[in-house]
Amino acid sequence: MPVPILKQGGYLIASIQSVLSDSDLVELRDSLGERVGTYRARGVIIDVTVLDVIDSFATRTLRTIAHMLKLRGAETVIVGIQPDVAFAMVQLGLTLEGIGTALDLEEGLAHLDSRTKRHAVDGN
Amino acid sequence: MLSMETETLTVINASVDIVTARQRGRALALELGFNGADVTLIAAAISEVARNIVDHAQKGEILMSAVNSDLEGGRNGIQIIARDEGPGIRDVAQAMQYGYSTRKGLGVGLPGAKWLMDEFDIASEMGRGTTITMKKWRR
Repeated sequence: MPVPILKQGGYLIASIQSVLSDSDLVELRDSLGERVGTYRARGVIIDVTVLDVIDSFATRTLRTIAHMLKLRGAETVIVGIQPDVAFAMVQLGLTLEGIGTALDLEEGLAHLDSRTKRHAVDGN
Repeated sequence: MLSMETETLTVINASVDIVTARQRGRALALELGFNGADVTLIAAAISEVARNIVDHAQKGEILMSAVNSDLEGGRNGIQIIARDEGPGIRDVAQAMQYGYSTRKGLGVGLPGAKWLMDEFDIASEMGRGTTITMKKWRR
């Protein structure tokens, strides 16, 4: 099932609606890579609240998405990792180092605001 | 008397089957009385062993069932057997090393699954396939 991607100001919000297969994740990666360009987005939020498990493949794909979008000029923040899911990730030794994370959508938007505003002040 | 589905077999042929296997494992673990955190750990372990089948053997199956032990005055838990008739693992000790991958993976799948479960056994024979048996006991 494809993940709906909404545009909100200068940001894109990918709101995952159901558990994802590997191919759904790869599709999400590809469509975000494309839409960041189409909508000239400065930031992307990926809402993973409904994910029951974030395993090694999902972690690798989320990392790839964040690094790829960074190269395209957009900041990524992952929001909504559930406590049990986070615990399992730690047990598996999986990290999202170097990638923005936030509690929920609201915190994610605040995170992007502070990141993109700082860039604007820096003159980038 | 509650009637419980205490055994379920999932055929693994494609990556979508990984999701099916872990959802069935989650349902069975809940029925067996595991708490939320343990249910997620079990589902994550199933995800990793199922992915191992898809990546290395293309097809296989995962059998999940209730398991009992007489030890420590009787314990109840879940047993997951993942088996394939794929190429087998040449060096099991190496495959169980954290960060080792023959593909472009993170190399955390099998060692990670071992950490998530209480018991983990892997038997592999070149040209014959691999069987992973893992258990988690209810606290």
